[in-house]
Amino acid sequence: MFIRTHLTRRKKRHELYVKYVLLLMTLLIILPLILIVFYLIYQAAPILSLDFLLKNPIRGMRDGGIWAPLLGTIYLVLISLLIATPIGVFAAVYLNEYARESWFTRVINLAVVNLAGVPSIVHALFGLGAFVLFAGIGRSILAASMTLAIMTLPVLIASTKEALAAVPLAFRQACWNVGATRWQTIREVVLPNSISGILTGIILQVSRAAGETAPIMFTGAVFYKAIQEGDLLAYGLLDQCMALSMHLFTISTQVPDVPAALPYGTAVVLLGVVLLVNALAIVLRIKIRSRKKW
Amino acid sequence: MKMRGMFHSRELLKEWLIEKLIWICGISAIFFVFGIFFFVFREGADYLLRGFHIREFFTSIEWYPTSRTQVRYGALALITGTFSVTLLAMFIAVPFGLGTAIFISEFCSPRAREALKIIIELLAAIPSVVWGFIGLTVMNSLIIHLFNAPLGLNVLNGGIILALMSVPIIVSIGEDALKAVPESYREAATALGCTRWQMTFRVLLPAARNGLLAAVLLGVGRAAGETMAVLMATGHSIRIPGGVLEPVRTLTATIAAELGEAPVHSDHYQVLFIIGILLFSITFIVNLTADLVVRGIRKK
Repeated sequence: MFIRTHLTRRKKRHELYVKYVLLLMTLLIILPLILIVFYLIYQAAPILSLDFLLKNPIRGMRDGGIWAPLLGTIYLVLISLLIATPIGVFAAVYLNEYARESWFTRVINLAVVNLAGVPSIVHALFGLGAFVLFAGIGRSILAASMTLAIMTLPVLIASTKEALAAVPLAFRQACWNVGATRWQTIREVVLPNSISGILTGIILQVSRAAGETAPIMFTGAVFYKAIQEGDLLAYGLLDQCMALSMHLFTISTQVPDVPAALPYGTAVVLLGVVLLVNALAIVLRIKIRSRKKW
Repeated sequence: MKMRGMFHSRELLKEWLIEKLIWICGISAIFFVFGIFFFVFREGADYLLRGFHIREFFTSIEWYPTSRTQVRYGALALITGTFSVTLLAMFIAVPFGLGTAIFISEFCSPRAREALKIIIELLAAIPSVVWGFIGLTVMNSLIIHLFNAPLGLNVLNGGIILALMSVPIIVSIGEDALKAVPESYREAATALGCTRWQMTFRVLLPAARNGLLAAVLLGVGRAAGETMAVLMATGHSIRIPGGVLEPVRTLTATIAAELGEAPVHSDHYQVLFIIGILLFSITFIVNLTADLVVRGIRKK
């Protein structure tokens, strides 16, 4: 029989204190943020409507909606996605399926980690120096998307690698044993079995690309550009464009006398897009985990 | 037979091409990292090799890039700005981040763990410009009210915002490090009659030391390299701050604020790229150290 001594009780009490202190620390990080998000929504409520999304900013960006920046962000995200996805997925295939343990593989992994750690403003300088000036593309959606693609590549590589690594080795061995080559195995077995994991990575890349400001500031995003409302093809590849993140920065710091609801509305739309996209990725991941057959 | 052979060699050629393509994509990350260094260096190189006063850059606080009579590129105040905001951010984020990591990994139920991890992940997804906007509006008025400060855009504001931004990375890497401690360590500690806290403090933290250090380093890298949030939340004043309630300007914010106005290839423009080289070097070293520290554990 165990009998509680004075010491055990003190230990128990002690443990409880620690638990509550740690819980408090966790809540102190999370709760204020949830409050802030609700505050942003509360401030933005009067302006949020379908019209806000579908009308251009007017009167020096002091009125109207966010159509031009919203469409610009969609363009930047989609084109950066088109550039980053093949490179990122293939890079992950190389690292997970082909690369052996060696100093060279280590250098590649190190480069991926470092690419993820480069400050966004340095990516902006790189985009300006390499794409806008050196390649002569000029400030354009294409140059900005390329900069975003390189910036978000590590996210894609990391999550695709994880998805590929989750496919059991036995699947590959079975395929090799019936005479398939390495690439055939990857195409017919590995990729189909990890497609939802790869999709999660692509979704995360979208959310990251949609929120970035610094890398597009000097490579293709402009303060103001009016486009045809409702025209989904209003931007060309070599045009400059507005972007939601840049628009939020502009109307909250660069333009005087903007009605308060306008930047709040823009912030909530941007935050909403990013969080929704992320939530989608999380739901997808949970689904995959629960449905896993092996 | 012959047809089949041709088909076969065509397949082989295709496979060879695809494997080469995969290889090129695989090593592309190396190209990009070198490319970033090369192109940022290339834009700043001319001035760096021609008339750059490296001493003035690191020791003078006189930053007058657009002055007509006496142009000065002393970045000491900017470096101090980055340093002070990052330091304050880490002062907040390290205890809170590691505390949260310990709570998630050791003290809460599996369900609560999943929920908290999802919230932390969503926290990490908030765009930096939204953080900056929060600093500009909510934090700004809070600081003015709470501290009776004349203005709320200062080191404190930027530090808190950066702390909140780097907490998720510290939590997730820190939690990974704690999870990597072998279960047998926990069992041994429990068998000896340790409480959970004694186990965490005496066994897990020392065992996960390297991983936790890497978590903090990555947090530092994130905070020092952040641009939009500090651009919007720290005010615009190029001087060495005397306290947390004074405004500053960081290295990153300077590039973002001035690059648009600097004529292409002017001295000012090139100095901004030199700041970029400095930032790249700082984060490169921080990331490299973090990686080496993490590798250290895996070897063991």
